[in-house]
Amino acid sequence: MSHSKVLLPDPVDKKVGAVIDPPSFVRRMFGATMRFVRSSPIGAVGLLFWFIMLLLALFASQIAPLDPLEANYGAIRQAPSALHLLGTDNLGRDVLSRIIYGFRITLIVSLTSVFLGDLVGFIWGIASGYLGHRFDLISQRVVDVLMSFPALILALLLLVVSGAGLTTVIIAIAVTRIPSSTRIIRSVVLSVNQNAYIEAARCVGASHMRIMVRHVAPQVVAPILVVATLNLGGAIFAESALSFLGMGIPPPAPSLGNMLGGVLAAAFRPPWWLVVFPGLAITFAIMAANLFGDALRDFLDPKLKQRID
Amino acid sequence: MSKYILNRLLIAIPTIFGVTVLIFVAMRVIPGDPLQLIFSESTGVYVLSDDELAAARASLGLDKSYPLQYLDWMGDILSGDMGSSFWTKDPISAMLIRRGPISAQIAVMAVLLSWLIGVPVGMLSAIWRNSLMDQLSRVGITIFIAVPSYWLGLLIILFTVLVFSWRPPITIIQLWEDPLGNLSMTLLPAMALGLPLAAGIARFARSAALEVLYEDYIRTARAKGLTDYLVVWRHVFKNAMLPVVTATGLALGGLLGGAVSVEKAFAVPGLGSLLVQGLTERDWMMIQNLVLIYGLIYIFVNLIVDVSYAFLDPRIRYD
Repeated sequence: MSHSKVLLPDPVDKKVGAVIDPPSFVRRMFGATMRFVRSSPIGAVGLLFWFIMLLLALFASQIAPLDPLEANYGAIRQAPSALHLLGTDNLGRDVLSRIIYGFRITLIVSLTSVFLGDLVGFIWGIASGYLGHRFDLISQRVVDVLMSFPALILALLLLVVSGAGLTTVIIAIAVTRIPSSTRIIRSVVLSVNQNAYIEAARCVGASHMRIMVRHVAPQVVAPILVVATLNLGGAIFAESALSFLGMGIPPPAPSLGNMLGGVLAAAFRPPWWLVVFPGLAITFAIMAANLFGDALRDFLDPKLKQRID
Repeated sequence: MSKYILNRLLIAIPTIFGVTVLIFVAMRVIPGDPLQLIFSESTGVYVLSDDELAAARASLGLDKSYPLQYLDWMGDILSGDMGSSFWTKDPISAMLIRRGPISAQIAVMAVLLSWLIGVPVGMLSAIWRNSLMDQLSRVGITIFIAVPSYWLGLLIILFTVLVFSWRPPITIIQLWEDPLGNLSMTLLPAMALGLPLAAGIARFARSAALEVLYEDYIRTARAKGLTDYLVVWRHVFKNAMLPVVTATGLALGGLLGGAVSVEKAFAVPGLGSLLVQGLTERDWMMIQNLVLIYGLIYIFVNLIVDVSYAFLDPRIRYD
């Protein structure tokens, strides 16, 4: 690159900044993905698992061999066979089909709750870290209070208030994600504040709002992405545990957690396939999210490790 | 040191106040009031006339204004009166005394187990970095961090039922009454909670030990001729413990919450299953006070973790 290019504004770059050129955007995303895959093959396996889960969830009605809700009293608690690959449950429903549909709820709940919770944490953390002073002091005491509950207990409290259901589970889990993401983002913002360009922006008269949006927020995007992916595993666990306790997704809707509720009480010789397969599905989903999150952290922001751990 | 502890205690007070306010507000946000909720759900079984409802409301103090209700609640808590279950009329404090020790014992055993397994695995894995043992333990860590504790509990029960035709007892046997009987009901839940925790501890112990291993003082210790054993035990171990304590502190929230679902999986009659029972039966006094207890325990345990940092690391004390 020649000197003149660095000093003079490049007309081509300006155009790209104004309107995202689709082919170049796709190419850049593809390039970034390939770099990510090369940097961490294990993280890529995690990403691949999530991709497969997404496909299963999207096309559940085409892929699932049977209706997940249809009871079949002629085929109760059948062990895995060619007809029912993962067996049938206490109402004769096909476990494989229920797991495939269960991924839908797993994905919807984990993605939306993490998105909502971390969006609030993102905004709150930036405001708290950048504005400081009284806003920081008071709002961080609210974070203290939210942090004083074990996450699952806080979610249970919120659910008994709002009633079990898909939306309320999402909100309850989102709330439990807010305090930690707020803290992490706040700590990143505190170090961003030290940069000279923040001071420079103040000097030329930029408003606080403008500085937060244009100068602070872009610095915090990578950390929040990492925090969000690392939160996915926790959100999946939370949804499954809440549903297992009977406070989350109400039956008969198939959620991986509520499929495990009461499986051992139902029969003298408990059907092992009812215990093993839904739990394996949860474990793989969490593991994939963790592997992807760890790899993404190393890829995007290695310094963040200390703040999260 | 005592100044540091006092300082921490003072900081906890506004947090505890906030916790009580949050619980109170949450319990009052329920449309109508707690009684409305209870009776609207069981209209077929248990119908009260409006007069009876009003009387019940008055006897529970629900006809007063919100600030008064809050003050009543605080007064009761401070005088040690937790009220009683709405359905069984059993005093909540008696249930806490009966069930609390079991839950506490399971939690403590789980932490001990996680340290017994996690610390050595993590340390050895760091010392023999990239050895077969390190590779295996890293795979194990990745798996066990992802395994939900309650599912591990279900697997353990499934195994004992199918192989030994044995189910863990579901009565309350205190440790001081019958140690063996007590262990037969607490050991397996402690394993279910402790193994995923052990994976987390091992991960922290490994990364902490790896950092310490490259410190100058380790080279100095080697250079002055200490045996490997002494270097590891006196220098690496001691300095790697601080992050492990931190990790344990961070994990305790998950442990307390996870214990609820593990107790449900094993049908252990502990605090967690009491909370679940309260939640499903909408026993609002029980929910309100149990959630408060969980919050207080968590704050208290975090306080102990903070103090133990200061104990382990003098730099924190003088901050």
